[in-house]
Amino acid sequence: MDDLDLKLIKLTQDGIDLVPDPFKEIALELAIPETEVIDRIEALVERGAIRRFGASIGHRVLGIVANAMCVWNVHDDRVEEVGAVMAGFGEVSHCYERMRCPEWDYNLYAMIHAHTREECERTAHDISRATGISDYIILFSEKEFKKTGVRI
Amino acid sequence: MTMTQELELDDTDRQLINLIQLDFPLDLRPFRTLGDQIGISEAEVIDHLKRLTDIGVIRRIGPILNTKGLGGASTLVAMRVPEDAIDRVVSRINDFDEVSHNYLRPGAYNIWFTVSASSKERLHKMISEIKAFGYPFLELPVTRLFKIGVKFEV
Repeated sequence: MDDLDLKLIKLTQDGIDLVPDPFKEIALELAIPETEVIDRIEALVERGAIRRFGASIGHRVLGIVANAMCVWNVHDDRVEEVGAVMAGFGEVSHCYERMRCPEWDYNLYAMIHAHTREECERTAHDISRATGISDYIILFSEKEFKKTGVRI
Repeated sequence: MTMTQELELDDTDRQLINLIQLDFPLDLRPFRTLGDQIGISEAEVIDHLKRLTDIGVIRRIGPILNTKGLGGASTLVAMRVPEDAIDRVVSRINDFDEVSHNYLRPGAYNIWFTVSASSKERLHKMISEIKAFGYPFLELPVTRLFKIGVKFEV
């Protein structure tokens, strides 16, 4: 990744303009051809610096207002298997294993999005039944203080 | 929720939303390409996307960055902050550009935020600064990734 890539990310991370040729202005700014702008974005996706290039959705506006972080205590030997099952649930948008802490035994995290809290709870319950993991807590988000996405 | 009723997404809106989360066309006239895919004009695509952006259904169309892929480091932090200090502490936390998400959640640890820094050193420095606030604190970096969103079907 060079300086141009960095500038390109900075110019696009808050969203491209909704105009017929959205990459034209960016190309002018970077003093490279428009096609190079596109090639560079594709290369950044290829190399994993960009996960995807596309729309971020305001899911709250779509009525998907319940957002639960469900944390599970899963035996280390079962993490791989259980993580795969959780990831298979459509309501689970993100699923990670995270480090345990002395005061915090939970190591698997599933973010559940749904229209209501009851739906989130039902999904967590279904996951529990599917995996046999019963040591879990559901932490709903009561307030969103910040959500900018990753920026540089 | 009245909000969802007021939204009144039409079929074109839905098609576009489902299409552009993962498969936004990277070419010189992306909105024309989208229009070709669903049988409407470039101008109509742009009109729909503008409205969807205005009402907040689309936050932005751009790169979704991968901190690690950019050579950076990230973590989740949980903090136990007394209720009367929440506003003050949250505003100090959010002042860091590197904080990408921050939520109030119930339970012993009530403030949950993610930090994405440009390097391990920078992350370490930030964590020490946040630790210096003096509240009980969990640092919870990812050790394995099973799923990372997010496509919302509408």
